[in-house]
Formats: sequence, C-alpha cells, structure tokens
Amino acid sequence: MELKDALVELLRRAATDLPPDVERALKEAYEREDEGTPAKAVFRTILENVRMAREKSTPMCQDTGSILFYVDFPVGDKEETYRKAINEAAEEATKKQYLRPNAVNPITGKNSGNNVGINHPFIHFHQWDKDEVRIRLLLKGGGSENVGVQYKLPAPELKAGRDLDGVRKVVLDAVFKAQGKGCAPGTIAVAIGGDRVTSYMLSKEILFRKIGERHPEPEIAEFERRLYRELNQLGIGPMGFGGKTTVLDVFVDYQHRHPATFFVAITYNCWAYRRKTLHIRNGEVSYDD
Amino acid sequence: MTIKLKTPISEEEIRKLKVGDEVLLSGIIVTARDQAHKLMVEKKPDFIRPYLEGSVIYHCGPVVRKEPDGSWTFVSAGPTTSIREEPYQADVICEYRVRGVIGKGGMGPKTLEGLKKCGAVYFHAVGGAGTLIANSVKRVVDVFMLEEFGTPEAFWVIEVEDLPLVVTMDSHGNSMHEEVLEESREKFLELAGLK
Repeated sequence: MELKDALVELLRRAATDLPPDVERALKEAYEREDEGTPAKAVFRTILENVRMAREKSTPMCQDTGSILFYVDFPVGDKEETYRKAINEAAEEATKKQYLRPNAVNPITGKNSGNNVGINHPFIHFHQWDKDEVRIRLLLKGGGSENVGVQYKLPAPELKAGRDLDGVRKVVLDAVFKAQGKGCAPGTIAVAIGGDRVTSYMLSKEILFRKIGERHPEPEIAEFERRLYRELNQLGIGPMGFGGKTTVLDVFVDYQHRHPATFFVAITYNCWAYRRKTLHIRNGEVSYDD
Repeated sequence: MTIKLKTPISEEEIRKLKVGDEVLLSGIIVTARDQAHKLMVEKKPDFIRPYLEGSVIYHCGPVVRKEPDGSWTFVSAGPTTSIREEPYQADVICEYRVRGVIGKGGMGPKTLEGLKKCGAVYFHAVGGAGTLIANSVKRVVDVFMLEEFGTPEAFWVIEVEDLPLVVTMDSHGNSMHEEVLEESREKFLELAGLK
C-alpha cells in the first residue's frame, strides 16, 4: 500500500470511529445515569451516533478537528516524504468527506478548502532507533480546544500554590468554567511544568494514553484518581445538562520547570475523542488505537 | 416522557414546554448561523419569512453533498455554539415569529427574555452527534444565500424527522444552563476549599 493511501485510511478511521476504550467509557457513563434524565438521553444519542457513523463511514461529528500527526520514523528516512504524503492524504480525505475543510487563513479569512495550510496538518517529527514507522493521529475538535487553558502558579484568586494541591485547584477551576461548552464529558489532559510551549505540547501528547491507563508513578496515578472523582462531583454532566459523568478520565504528566515558572496546561478533549495509530513494519501496514 | 412536536408550532404548544423536557422534532426547519443572523437583523429579508413563521432555527454549519441529479444530501450536521448569536437572537425570534432555536451551549439573558416575550424555547441538540442528526434530515427543501455565504453559513431549509432535543431554556424565564452553573459553582468552591 502506498503511504498516502494508508494515511487516508488512518484519517477515515479516526473521523468515523471511536477507539474501543472511549466507546466503553461512554457506555459505562450511560449505564450510570438515571432513567428519564436528560443526561441519559444524551448518552443514548451519543452511542447511537457513534454506531451510525461507523456503519455509514461518515464523520461522527461535523467538526473533524485540527489534524495533529506524531510521526516516529527510522534513521535514513526524510521528513519531507511524510509531509508530502500527509498533505496529499488530507486533501483526498477532505474530497471524500471524511474531513470538513478546517484550515482558515486568519488574515484573509479564506478557507483553503482542502485542509492544507500553514502548519496544518501539524506534524510532530521524532526520529527513533527502530526500523519501523509509527504515525499517531489526533483529530482535535475546535469547540473543546476553546475551553483549554494554561495557568501559572501561584494563582492567588484560587489560593492555588506551587504544589500538587495548587494544580488540583486550577484543574477544578478549568472544568467548572468549561461547563458543557467543550462537549462534555471531556477527557482532561494536565501537563505540569515546562515552558509556555512545552506545557501545552505535553498536555496534547498524553491524549495518546487509553482511558483508564494510569501514570506509572503511584503518586501521580493517585492524583489522577482523585481528580477524576472530584471533577465528576461537579455535576455538570454531558452537554452541561447535569449528571454523574462530567469527565471520562483525567491524564496527568509532568516535566521539569524553570525555577521562576510553574505552568499547568489543561487540554480539554470533547467526548468525540478521536485518535488512531498506524504502524509500518517490514512494509506491512497495520492500525490500532 | 418524550414529547413529539411538528412544525409549524403554535405559541400555546411552545408555552407548555419546560426546561428538561425531551422532544422529538419533525417538520420544516431552517439552518442559520452568524452571517444569516446578521442579515436577518440588518436587512429583514422576506424570502425566508414563510419558512420561519411558527418554525425553528437550527445553529448548524453542515457537511453537505451535491448529488449527480443536482439535489443535496446532509452528511454530518451537529449543532454549533449558539452564544455567538446572542446579540441577534431575540430580535430574530420576535421579528420572524420563530417558535424555537436549536443549538449547543445555551444562550444568555437577552435571548431568555426574548423567548419569554415572544413565546419560544431553546432546544439543545447533542454536540458531536453529526451523523445521527444528518440521518434525521429527510430532505433539503431549498437553500438561500449559498453563493454569498458558502455552505456552512447558508440558509438550508430542511425537513427533519424525530430530531432528538432537550429544552434547556423555556418561555417562562428558566434556563438549565444557569441552574447547572450555580449548582456546580457551590460544589467547585467546596472542593477547591474556597468556601
């Protein structure tokens, strides 16, 4: 299979089908809500929509998001090979209506019409020692991106200091302020430390974890569990209708910071948490979640 | 209890609805977002009037396919964020005697007042449910301002069947969005130790 065709298929799978761990979490959320509540109705509609999108191979959400690629490639390969194939694949996937044209020039207001523009699709390149290729894809919805936020600690208005409890307070604040606007229930990715840029970068990349997958360090894993419990006590519920599930999961990671700074970046992913991975080993293409 | 409604809807029917009601909506409705709302307030065009009276506006920028015979098919058509129409919505509702607005995220006090004054409600659709909602669109009746505004911003007059919605703002001044905001604020302040 040509690289471009394999990438079109990756885009199709991501836009039209949810990873099994996400669908399972949505089913569990449906089971938890009480009969006759708007929250129950929302989850019923979401699950039905997911099933239909998979069967009809059409975008589950008309906002097919920002297209974010993470490419791990072997020594000797050229980045340009991947960049070219990705741009061509994005254009073809748009023609096939797997993707809505989502690349707008902010100066002229003109939509490029094919999802190709300056830094779109965005590609994170990483050369590794393996003799195989891994291409991970996140389709990140715009509505939920608007409720993402970066804090600098201390945050006196929240009495949030430079420690894990301070982080906990700003995460509560972010999810409270988002209400249903990020198409709740969201998956919340929290990056602690780093600079302005690397903080957001880390919060995006940890979205390649699976629902329920805890941080390897017990203290961070326990912190994730606590945040998950507390955020779901807010009662915001799916779409902000009230209910037992406000977030599907919380992922936390950290990196070293400058002594003078303490950033916390929070990326909110809508319920339509679309990620897929493509592997190329010995010329064989395979996909997973 | 799910309530079935079909456009055109009378003021009496709409006044019976209250926050939290689940509705399956059928009949002719019209998509309109930013440019369409601006036009309706500034120019008050008459071409859309017959479709709006007693009907419902849908905040939606659909993915639409043109078929070989020239007809249109909705491919994916979930709601877009409604709050951008807050400056216009109440005036549009009263001017065109619209009985409801469908969107996501809810709207503000000016719209809530307009709903009360002119007899309309805000219906919340499920954000992200693009395929399911497109599937309940049975036919595209007409389209206006397609050339001028482009696909997402045009007025699409569509016939829907059993579109699943929840009333989150009613014609009696109640808003589910305000209620959930206030309740979650209490819990947030408690958890954050700010009480």
